[in-house]
Amino acid sequence: MSAILETPVRAFESVSGAGAGEMLELAIGPHHPSTHGVFRMDVVLDGERVRRLKPVFGYLHRNHEKIAEGQSYLSSMPYTDRLDYFCSLTNNWAYALTVEKLAGLQVPERAEYIRVITAELTRVQNHLCLIGFLLQDMGASGTPLMYAFREREKILDLFESLTGARMMCNYMRFGGCRVDLPTGWMEEAQQVVQGLARFLDEFEALLTGNEILMARTQHIGVLSSAAAVNAGVTGPMLRASGVNYDVRKVDRYGVYDRFDFRIPLGDHGDTYDRYLIRVLEMRESLKILRVALRDLPEGPVMDPKARLRGFRPKAGEAYGRIEAPKGELGFHLISDGSPNPFRYRVRPPSLMNLTVLEEMCMGRMLADVVVILGSVDIVLGEVDR
Amino acid sequence: MEVTDQELKIDLQKQGVLMTSLNELYNWGRKNSVWPLQFGLACCAIEMIAASMARYDLARFGAEVFRPSPRQADLMIVAGTVTKKMAPQVVRLYNQMAEPKYVIAMGACAISGGPFKQGYNVLKGIDRYLPVDVHIPGCPPRPEALLHAFMTLQNKIASQPLTGPARPRHLRAGAPSEFSVPQCGPHGLVPPSNPAVWRPPTAAQAG
Amino acid sequence: METLEEICFRIKTALPAARVEIIPNASPCGQRSLLLGREQGLAVATFLRDDPQLRLDYCSNVTGVDWLEPSLPQGFVQSPSSAGLKKEAGEGLGESGTGCLEAVYHLFSMAHKNGPVVLRLRTENRLAAVRLPSLTPVWRSCEFQEREIFDLFGIVFDGHPDLRRLLMWEGFQGFPMRRDYLVADDFECEPTPHGDVPKRMSPRQGCAEVIQKTATADPRV
Ligand code: SF4
Repeated sequence: MSAILETPVRAFESVSGAGAGEMLELAIGPHHPSTHGVFRMDVVLDGERVRRLKPVFGYLHRNHEKIAEGQSYLSSMPYTDRLDYFCSLTNNWAYALTVEKLAGLQVPERAEYIRVITAELTRVQNHLCLIGFLLQDMGASGTPLMYAFREREKILDLFESLTGARMMCNYMRFGGCRVDLPTGWMEEAQQVVQGLARFLDEFEALLTGNEILMARTQHIGVLSSAAAVNAGVTGPMLRASGVNYDVRKVDRYGVYDRFDFRIPLGDHGDTYDRYLIRVLEMRESLKILRVALRDLPEGPVMDPKARLRGFRPKAGEAYGRIEAPKGELGFHLISDGSPNPFRYRVRPPSLMNLTVLEEMCMGRMLADVVVILGSVDIVLGEVDR
Repeated sequence: MEVTDQELKIDLQKQGVLMTSLNELYNWGRKNSVWPLQFGLACCAIEMIAASMARYDLARFGAEVFRPSPRQADLMIVAGTVTKKMAPQVVRLYNQMAEPKYVIAMGACAISGGPFKQGYNVLKGIDRYLPVDVHIPGCPPRPEALLHAFMTLQNKIASQPLTGPARPRHLRAGAPSEFSVPQCGPHGLVPPSNPAVWRPPTAAQAG
Repeated sequence: METLEEICFRIKTALPAARVEIIPNASPCGQRSLLLGREQGLAVATFLRDDPQLRLDYCSNVTGVDWLEPSLPQGFVQSPSSAGLKKEAGEGLGESGTGCLEAVYHLFSMAHKNGPVVLRLRTENRLAAVRLPSLTPVWRSCEFQEREIFDLFGIVFDGHPDLRRLLMWEGFQGFPMRRDYLVADDFECEPTPHGDVPKRMSPRQGCAEVIQKTATADPRV
């Protein structure tokens, strides 16, 4: 284990139970190839079995909220890109949606459609990468991840020609989107979506029935639905535990009520279900994308009444949320009537999803911890902000 | 003298005779097997991963072997925001790497704190504690920029003489290979920078 | 979904001792909130979760807020000058002892698929009496978020199972998200597009001592 140990590895007498023998305390992270960044877990092991697991955060605490409170509303938009840096467009959307709620802005129809298209593309590439990393954690070194990144590049190309950046798109504005689609973008997007459907079949043929994948994930890291709800788990992880809750359906924000899509639900709440839910969600996303690309209306992409400069919402507060690829991404803004938000708070889905990590890993082997953590889908930029 | 040497060498190469010096051979070997530490801090790390994947294919530079252990790595790509909480670990990781070792500061954050410079928990540039060989600006730098940084680093390695006063650090017996690890104090890192590596720019203070 | 007045009324019938007050919200979204008394906070939260008509089983978000001035928390409608300007002028210590700290809970119902219901709990002041009941026993999702608020705002949550700093390291002093927190000036003077750093640098010489003064000692002990 290549962990950097702040607290040295040490053996200590088990406090509970006489027969438990010696326990080993081990810090995994903050530099560890399988913690997806700078996450750290302090694990207590009895042999190979996990007896306690405490996550340690803050190694990427970049003071997003503090910085945002010292600058205008619009200046925070590029910072939201850097929250969950796989999904800058959904972060943009969540923030724009909350400010629109706070100030009572309208969004033109075309912009809403573009938002749906970019958000669903974001979801697909996020889930693809997640599966790649999950398999990498399991020891499938390279191949699935390479495939996932190959497809991701195609989506990033679309983002780049639309927004000018591959990852940090900074695309949405309060009351619409920054620019309209470039010419030829629709056709390219349609092609990518078509190719993705074929790729998913291929990807699934490689993985879903794979014996090793099944052996490593089935009945591992089981999460009950009651525990998930109480712990505020959201997103694919919650739905893998069988709870039918998707903000896209519940809040019907944007124009999601115009699309016909299903919410895949898991039966067992184990790691395999969490993997499968993501594959199924990608297929549903492609379904939405096909319809959205077909029905995209003409019109402006910015509300003409929206003001970018000198934007001062009335005093008040608003909580807005969307279904980001990782779960419910919320923003809570309190305005005091000045150009800067008085309070700016991000509700990070991956932080809340980690609440149940200890529960899922309890009594499992150390090697399972890595896989379970991989299936939670964390991005440290968002966990620590 | 040098010029004729070069010309002669090229001439001989055309004849199928390969002539080299120990220096060149040594550096040729080193520069084509730079193994980076598998070490990502934030958003820039994703672009680093993308650079090692199919489309950008870092393997062309002999650098696809990302080592999870610092003991086996030659190059640390500081890809992302270094927070004050993380900085001691980064320096410790660098200290654990074996010489010769190099550092690429990837992205605005690693160079100066970038967009998060005003943050209370953000280190304003990794060069306060580590000697950086190549800086890549950008937020995030594109994978192409990382490839360019790799080539810059390779050129740097290729041009290092094995003898004389300009020889690299790992060939000088007295040169430090480890740097002091900062501590997390009550308000920030102690010391705020390592004076052996970095001094505050004076011009900016006057203005 | 019931209106806030109905919920308020039902809380009062179920728990006659509870102090509940509706806080207006002038924003077009109209998410009003319920200000709870500290003593019955936990009981009210349990009621909201278990009441069959409400079933607010999911606490999505917990926000910490630092109200510097005592007059601010009277709803949100206030003169636009107040907080924004005071922040600049009050860079020093000011009257930071008045005002209060606040924890805002956003509740949703996964069973009924509605929400949000917004709860607020306020401390007595900002310096000494900074204790609130923890709602983690009711909703586990508050665990990390309350720890974060303890870390960054310094609210002490009574009844929290594991109240430690979440993001900053143990041994860090001060609560950086408070509005009168001074950031250590450990970077070079350099004009940024976000603000005029050089101008703000000058009164901060000897910043460390000021921080020492503002930072309350660890309130847990
Ligand atoms: S430079 Fe930009 S992309 Fe890179 S880590 Fe910093 S914020 Fe993220």
